[in-house]
This record gives sequence, structure tokens and C-alpha cells, in this order.
Amino acid sequence: MNIHEYQAKELLRRYGVAVLDGHVARTPDEAEAAAKRLPGPVVVVKAQIHAGGRGAGRFKDDPNGKGGVRVAKSPTEAKAAAAAMLGHVLVTKQTGPAGKQVNQVYVEAGCDIARELYLSLLVDRATSRVTIIASSEGGMEIEEVAAQHPERILRAAIDPASGLSGFHCRRLGFGLGLSGGQLRSFERFVTAMYRAFLELDCAIVEVNPLVVTGAGEVVALDAKVSFDDNALFRHKDLEALRDESEMDPKELDAVRHDLNYVALDGEIGCMVNGAGLAMATMDIIKLYGSSPANFLDVGGTADAARVTEAFRIITSDPNVKAILVNIFGGIAKCDMIATGIVEATKTLHLKVPLVVRLEGTNVELGKRILEDSGLAIIPADNLADAAQKVVAAVGGAVASGAAKGA
Amino acid sequence: MAILVDENTRVMTQGFTGTQGTFHASQGIAYGSKYVGGVTPGKGGTMHPELNLPVFDTVAECRGKTGADASVIYVPAPFAADAILEAIDAEVPLIVCITEGIPVLDMVRVKRALAGSKSRLIGPNCPGVITPDACKIGIMPGHIHRRGSVGIVSRSGTLTYEAVAQTSAAGLGQSTCVGIGGDPVKGMDFIEVLEMFVADPETKSIVMIGEIGGQSEIEAAEFLRRESRGKPVVGFIAGATAPPGRRMGHAGAVISGGKDTAAAKMDAMRSAGIHVADSPAALGSTMVKALKS
Repeated sequence: MNIHEYQAKELLRRYGVAVLDGHVARTPDEAEAAAKRLPGPVVVVKAQIHAGGRGAGRFKDDPNGKGGVRVAKSPTEAKAAAAAMLGHVLVTKQTGPAGKQVNQVYVEAGCDIARELYLSLLVDRATSRVTIIASSEGGMEIEEVAAQHPERILRAAIDPASGLSGFHCRRLGFGLGLSGGQLRSFERFVTAMYRAFLELDCAIVEVNPLVVTGAGEVVALDAKVSFDDNALFRHKDLEALRDESEMDPKELDAVRHDLNYVALDGEIGCMVNGAGLAMATMDIIKLYGSSPANFLDVGGTADAARVTEAFRIITSDPNVKAILVNIFGGIAKCDMIATGIVEATKTLHLKVPLVVRLEGTNVELGKRILEDSGLAIIPADNLADAAQKVVAAVGGAVASGAAKGA
Repeated sequence: MAILVDENTRVMTQGFTGTQGTFHASQGIAYGSKYVGGVTPGKGGTMHPELNLPVFDTVAECRGKTGADASVIYVPAPFAADAILEAIDAEVPLIVCITEGIPVLDMVRVKRALAGSKSRLIGPNCPGVITPDACKIGIMPGHIHRRGSVGIVSRSGTLTYEAVAQTSAAGLGQSTCVGIGGDPVKGMDFIEVLEMFVADPETKSIVMIGEIGGQSEIEAAEFLRRESRGKPVVGFIAGATAPPGRRMGHAGAVISGGKDTAAAKMDAMRSAGIHVADSPAALGSTMVKALKS
């Protein structure tokens, strides 16, 4: 789960992470009032969307104007900057061409920047440890730095048994060229961040840029926090930070029904059990010349109600011209899935062609239920057959070398 | 021979009297595996009402009294890491964790505890491990397997079943199938399983199924380039059509930049001499071809 910058900073501040003062605003007037409450005169107005690259981004209705991060020299300027952002769609490198509507801005105190650095914490799968990544190249995309100047990326993998130690911070700090008071400030910063990361069950915390001020203080100028979805059960309070307007409505619907769904832009809706098979099903649809409308893992405990919800979400996408159900039952039982398909087809008055491939636990029972239903369901014998039939159903070309498979 | 489990493996279940533990233990028993008992804290000293096997309060006690040398975990996600740690502490040689949705920081602690321990962990978020006609530990449908010569290792559960069905249909059968699971921090990874398959005389060929996200398939391909000892390997990577930055169900299945795309992994596999199946429906036929060449 992702949250906004202003929410991230509020959380991090509680752990003693150095951030600047600021206030969130939802109207230009609120932005003006927020600017007045800061010491000023310079403040920064920042669009709050779940995507990076805001400063370099452009608003859809003003492609030659300024970006989503603007310096204002007075409360009046802050109001004008907020007015130019709120309700407008910001397109950045990370939003894709559709962009994201700005519904709130963060008005933050200005800052005397001496240096811009980079810092992030994440769980590195190669070492299976929380790893701190730091770089002297602040304000740039870290992937670009990693590609062009790998030597400028510093890493410290933290042993969970002994935890973060002073030497980790010194090694990173000296590597960044910090000294004296800067180094002590950096150590305080990293220590607070590490504690926040563990206690909040973060998936990633990224501060880019991390700035060293003229006075030698280390401060987070930006903050991106993402939580481990698997750990949200022990942080009920964090649920309140979820901004539902940032999510695809179909995906939000799926989250509420505990279904793994990702909206895509193709024409074949998919319902599959298992994440790997669900991805493979998308891949084979593409191989046979069409494209998937979604990823959907219905899970191992799929019953009739769950299948109905899954079908409802799939068919709420107007691009869906046919549905492919691909079930290889292990925990999931084919007869329960089949009952669900029959019920869902009837209750939702399904109008698009439906291809169903069942295999595994109770497959014979499942197939019989579908046959006996009298519904126009197209049965498939295996994965290749299923892909071929569903692509044919949308009038697509079945012309792939892989069609010879299976 | 096969690897990891055979007809002598004595299996205990953690989360024994729960719905999942009960159902899958009964399936394992019906398959002919040796299930010897299990753990449900608070129910120690009783017999499992349906399976007529002893229930214990702790893993150490269960292992001591039953001689279990493998433990399968069906404990819910909030308590699953604790269950794995208990099995490591009791020095259970093989731990298989089926549970999905364990917080990643819990698994970071588990991974640390595994280092230098006497245990191997398969999973979490995996279907388990099966040596056909000998021992089934996990949630896979037993009847699709045939004892044979293909070793299967996979990050995906249901896609493993696909590989099993196709190699069964091709008349090859499987030596052992290992689902290593879809989480970013897990027990055994590809290379550890591949090392065992390469060394196993019963395993004549290998199917390896990966996903987008992470680097372990690329490292595994490098390993196979050096160490495959002439055993043909068929590979597949799921997620060629997945958009970057989106988590595709599995916590570990997300393209986060660089070499963790399906295309990059398939390239690494091809250049290591692995026979890459373009389609998930062509795992069996690609293996048949690879064995002929």
C-alpha cells in the first residue's frame, strides 16, 4: 500500500526523522493559509499524487507550464500555485500518459540546500535483509545512477539479529562525503528511519532527495513510503491512510473482496487460480494474438460467491469481449468453481463468450456441472486449447508458433 | 532416490487439527505417505479426531515422540513465522511452509534463523514437495503425478501442476517436484534445489519455472551453465505480459527495474543452454524435443 508524501512525513516525524514543517491543503485558500502558518517567506507547493517525477512532470491542460513542485515567495503565490494544481491532471514519467488528478497539495517550508543525496531502505531479496541504499546523486532516478555510475551507490545490509549499528551509518556517511556534525545528523536520521521501517512494516522507504542544509542538518526533502500488504493486519491504523481515489475502481473493488486483481488494457478477461498460472495465462493469450484485460488470481478457497465477485469485477471492464477461466485445481476444487461459474453466469446475465478449462481436483464433477447447466459455455481440454478458443471467440488471429505446443 | 522426500519420510503437521491441516494430512495419508502426528498448541495429549494420530503441544515433543523428520505448516500467516522458528529450534531437517501472506520482515528473521541451523525450509507460499508414489507433503493434487525422471522446481504452484500434467502426458513422469514459493524472502531457492537434482541419479532432466521479479532465475541459469552435467533443462518464465511496477499476486512477482523481466530471464536461460518454452502449454513437448536432441 502506498501513501502520500505528506502522510509519510507525518509518520516519519513521529519516529524522529528530520522533515520540514508543512501542511496539507485541499483548496487554494487552504494553501494560502498554510503558507501563512509557516515561517516563510519562501514555501514550496507540492502536488500529492502516488507517483514520482512530480517536479519534472507537466499538467495536461498546461503542457508548457511549470511542474508539480513549485517555489512560492509569498502566501499569495502559494495560493496561485495551488490553484494551478488542484483539480488538474499531472503527467509524470511514472504516471503514464493518462496522468493523475491532483486532489491535494502539500505546502512546505523552504529549505537552504547545500547538497542533495539519496537514501532508501528496502528488503533486498538477494540478501534476505533490510538494506540501506545511499548515493551522492540526490534528485536523480536511482535506476539511472545504478546504470551509469554503479560506484556511486552504497549499500548496507542489516543483520536482523544484531540490528543497525553505528558502523553502518559511518560507512555510508563517510562514503557520501559527510563529516563532523553532518555525520552525526545523518546517523540520527538513519537510525530513526530504520526503526520506522521495522515498526511500520514498510516495503520501501525512499528519500530523494535527502538534503544537507547550509547549517549541516540532514533532512528529508521528499519521502515515499510503501507498506508490506501482508503486514497490514497488525497496523489497522494505517488503513486510514489509504487514498482510494489513487486506485483503479475495479482494483479497489477487488481489494475489498480479497481478490488479487490487476487491470490491464486488453480484451480478454481472465479468471485463474494461482499467480504464476494467471500470469502464464496472460502470456499465452498474447502468444495467440490477443491481449489480456486483467490479471486475476481467484485463490485456492474459491467458492460460488467469490467466483461471482470475480466475474462481476472482470465484466465491469467495458473492454472485455470474452472471458477465459483457467483452473488447475489443487486446493481449489473444480466442482465448486463450476458451481460458481454457473451461478455467476446466471446472476450477471453474462453476454460475452466464456471459455472454461478445468483440470485437477474433482475435474470430472466440475465438467459435468458445466455440461448439465445448459449454458453456452465453451469447454477447453488444455491450456493451449483454451487460449486458442478464447482468442477465436473475439475474432483474433490464432497464428503463433507456440500454437503447436501441448 | 529422488530428492528431499521418499517413502521413509516421517511427516508431522503444524496446524494439525485446523481445516487445512486436517484435509491435506488426510490427502497425504491417502496418497500413501507416512504421516505420524502433529501440533496444535493447547490440544496436546489428544488424538486427532478424524485421522487417529497423536496431537502435541510443541514441535519438539512431537518430533521426539514420533520421530518426524519433516514438518508441514498450515498455520495462519500472522503466526506462521513463529511456527517455522519453532520447527527450526526443534531441528526438524525439512520444513515445508504452505502459508501465504507472511509479512516479509517476519521472513527476514526466519531466514536469519535458518543460517547455520540443521533445517531446510521450502516455501512459504508454496504448494509443497512431492516424490510420486512415495511421499506427498503439501496441497498439490496427487493423482496427476507419475513416478519418473523429470525433476521439477517452480516458484508457482498451479504452474507446477501444469508442468506435472504435461510431463506425465508425455510419458516421462517426475522424480521429485519442489514448489519453492512466490515470496521474495524464502527458504530454498532454485540453485539449492537444482544442485540436488543434478546430483540425483533418478533425475534425468529438469523443468525450471520462474517468474518476473528478482534475480534468482538468472543466477540459477549461470549455475546450470557450469553444473548441469549434461541433464537437459527446460525453462519457462511467467509474466512476459505483466506491466512493470505492479505486484502480480505473488509478493515477489513484480518488475522493479533492470534484469528482472521475463525477457531478460529467458535470454539468460537460453544463453546458458536451457531449452526455453515460449508457451506454458509447451513444457512437455519442449522436454520431449530436448531429450531427443
